[in-house]
Amino acid sequence: MAVTFTLNGKSQTVEVDPQMPLLWVLRDTLNLTGTKFGCGMALCGACTVHINGEATRSCVTPISAVTGKQITTIEGLSADGSHPAQQAWMEVDVPQCGYCQSGQIMSAVALLSKKPKPTDADIDDFMQGNICRCGTYQRIRKAIHRAADLQSSKAKSA
Amino acid sequence: MTTTLSLDRRAFLKTGAAAGAGLLIGFHLPAFGVSAEDQEKKNPNPLNAWVHITPDNQVSLILGKSEMGQGIMTALPMILAEELSLDWDKIKIEQAPTNPAIYQHGTGGSGSVAGSWLPLRRAGAAAREMLISAAAQRWSVNRDTCVASDGGVLHGARKSFLTYGELAEDAAKLPIPDFNAVPLKNSEDFTIVGHDKKRYEGLAKVTGKAKFGIDSHMPGMQYAVIARCPVFGGKVKSFDAAKAKAVPGVQDVIAIDTVGQGAFTAGGVAVLADNSWAAIQGRKALEIVWDEGPHAAESSDWLHKQFLENASKPGKVIRNDGDADKAITEATKKVEATYEFPFAAHATMEPMNCTVHIRPDGAEAWVPTQAPQWAQDIIVGISKLPREKVIVNTTLMGGGFGRRYMGDFVMEAAQIAKVTGKPVQVLWTREDDMQHDFYRPASYHKLSGAVDAQGNLAAWKHFQTSTSIDAMWSKDGESHAENSEFATALFIPYATPNYHVEYTLAKSGVPRAWWRSVEHSSSGFIVECFVDELAAAAGADPYEFRMKLIGEDRKIPDFTNPKQGKPLDTARLKNVLKVAAEGGDWGKPVPKGVGCGIAAYFSFDSYTACVAEVTVRKGEVKVQRLSYAVDCGRPVNPDGIRAQVESAAIYGLSASLHDAITIKNGRVEQGNFNTYQMPRMADTPKTEVHVIMSKEEPTGIGEPGLPVVTAAVCNAIYSVTKKRIRRLPIRKEDLA
Repeated sequence: MAVTFTLNGKSQTVEVDPQMPLLWVLRDTLNLTGTKFGCGMALCGACTVHINGEATRSCVTPISAVTGKQITTIEGLSADGSHPAQQAWMEVDVPQCGYCQSGQIMSAVALLSKKPKPTDADIDDFMQGNICRCGTYQRIRKAIHRAADLQSSKAKSA
Repeated sequence: MTTTLSLDRRAFLKTGAAAGAGLLIGFHLPAFGVSAEDQEKKNPNPLNAWVHITPDNQVSLILGKSEMGQGIMTALPMILAEELSLDWDKIKIEQAPTNPAIYQHGTGGSGSVAGSWLPLRRAGAAAREMLISAAAQRWSVNRDTCVASDGGVLHGARKSFLTYGELAEDAAKLPIPDFNAVPLKNSEDFTIVGHDKKRYEGLAKVTGKAKFGIDSHMPGMQYAVIARCPVFGGKVKSFDAAKAKAVPGVQDVIAIDTVGQGAFTAGGVAVLADNSWAAIQGRKALEIVWDEGPHAAESSDWLHKQFLENASKPGKVIRNDGDADKAITEATKKVEATYEFPFAAHATMEPMNCTVHIRPDGAEAWVPTQAPQWAQDIIVGISKLPREKVIVNTTLMGGGFGRRYMGDFVMEAAQIAKVTGKPVQVLWTREDDMQHDFYRPASYHKLSGAVDAQGNLAAWKHFQTSTSIDAMWSKDGESHAENSEFATALFIPYATPNYHVEYTLAKSGVPRAWWRSVEHSSSGFIVECFVDELAAAAGADPYEFRMKLIGEDRKIPDFTNPKQGKPLDTARLKNVLKVAAEGGDWGKPVPKGVGCGIAAYFSFDSYTACVAEVTVRKGEVKVQRLSYAVDCGRPVNPDGIRAQVESAAIYGLSASLHDAITIKNGRVEQGNFNTYQMPRMADTPKTEVHVIMSKEEPTGIGEPGLPVVTAAVCNAIYSVTKKRIRRLPIRKEDLA
């Protein structure tokens, strides 16, 4: 079945099993490997992408469900790491193994779009679905606050 | 003393396991550190092995170890860059090719910085001296008048400067200096080592560009998922692949054999497809009849009963000073306690995987591995190709924690690739990963001890029974199963004339291996919880009690390796206790419902102490704050050290607050993160890590943060509830 959607700003058509999760279409069909496989059951958040701006677990999203939708992956945030969340992540030196961080960043960006100045409770709540086995949570929290600052100063200067 | 514990973990890997592993498939297990025989190897040209410099002055430093999140891709090149006086912001870092003739690849045992510190300083210094000689020849001046500075060589009097790029070609042809005699930089002049550096591959990891093993891709590559017998030790009896082959995208179904001692693969039936999803769907459609083998009746209940049975009888005496029984009988203040540990899974975020192509004329592999040379050995063994024809590319790893030291996933990929002749990526699903791990051993401990009238430790007695790692990995392991199970529990820092330790092996078909901090994860917990129990019996403050029992400054020999092991320096242990206590506001009043606990421990030649602050409300434990102090010798990258301790704390908490692997009908009951819970954002304590600015040789830091955290938390729980936590993970009913 042919499915057409917008991927990181460009139209994309794939011919695959309609039940195939978006995760595997991104990774195996399109060789866009920044989005990670962690659990296959929407339990860890490593596969988080944005579908029409909402943080979504791509490992349980059949490709047929994204027809006509706007999909953003970690590769679509910025080409050079200039997105405020990516900048904050580097400033705080968040990643360790880094495997979960694409998903963490995609969740954090979705949170910041809803709550430009999230509280610690907002972060606890929104980021609860993203596991980091290296336990970088403390730095993720710090980076989200920092990204909020960077984002607001960017908005002001714009 | 009735037995000699002569093997430490490094030596064990070098010898004990090798004996068994080598027999079957003809490879040796690599060591963690640098052995004497390796140091006897002829030193390679450092301008080839460790530093690459292009004529346009791009300097690349070579990483011989594997990056799994621990920051070694940053810390080790910092050592080279320091000796070479490079501008850190201008260098590149490249992963070394797998070549055990040059590199000591094995990455584990918290040994990378400790083992590489001197060899890399010497390699960097040798390269620098060669570059200086080349400059001196170019200028026809005495080389003593030239200095390395800012990525080049400077002649002050002539006001001349040549970049390394201008010198490298000539320098590489010069004689290689004697590494043992090459002058090392004065540590007072360090500008890189000891200074916070951000992770080299940080940008790649926040942009999705970082390539992990699972991201490897070769043209025409097949994706393979393997059905393994859910029961440990089971095998395929028969299978029908017809329905699997009917799944769109499935290309082939092949059986692979079990490989025993050494690789320890489960064998099974592999489904090969043109994408991962199709392979997973194809596996679901397989019809397999299993021969469940000899362990089909094993369960956690059965293991618990075996523990109790073992504990009711005397064990093998491992250490016996004085007369502990007599001292305990005569004492008025005494404590007895039992502690129990479950199996634990590594649960790396990136499930196991390996990508291999075996052609008639050569092989290439992309492996997320802590042991690239072992991966190479395996592929050489299966392909029968000469080693130089087997290229193993070490990729970034989505976590290792000891799991990726194993060769099982490499063996499986090599077996398939040998049959198909096509590139293949073997992918493990989360369930595969959780149900076919090599687990932290399950163990049971019986402790008794006594405090005399002066508040001194009159006796310490420890019986352990466990599913030993050594018993599984070493050919005659059952005869010295205790070697992998005690570590610092055999030479606690608390002085006592009566010290008695016994051990009995518990049988199990569940595979075991090194889980972050290995035996220290149980030993640190037991020793530090039990000493806390003794403090309470003595009516003493847990901090003061520890300080008193550690006593005067002294060096306690490593009982497990008295000749080569580093002794425990009590002054350094007391120092971290003091710093952690100060940072954690030890002794200051806390609100009702809040408790503080403390623990200190020596592991991987490093000293760690932790103060935990917890609340216990409505049967829920919340760890609010951790104050750590760590002394791992001279800190190479202090912020990297803080990150490792923050990480080890969460990893340790995962096993104390949430996870347990339980066995029923010979198989693991857990499968994914819904049944094997992880700490998440809201569970994360505010963690401060105080790094001691020591001038001693660097020691381990990937693991030493772990053994203290559970003890500190459980001791804190006691201060609120007056209930001792003696089995993990912490259960609601043990809090009230």
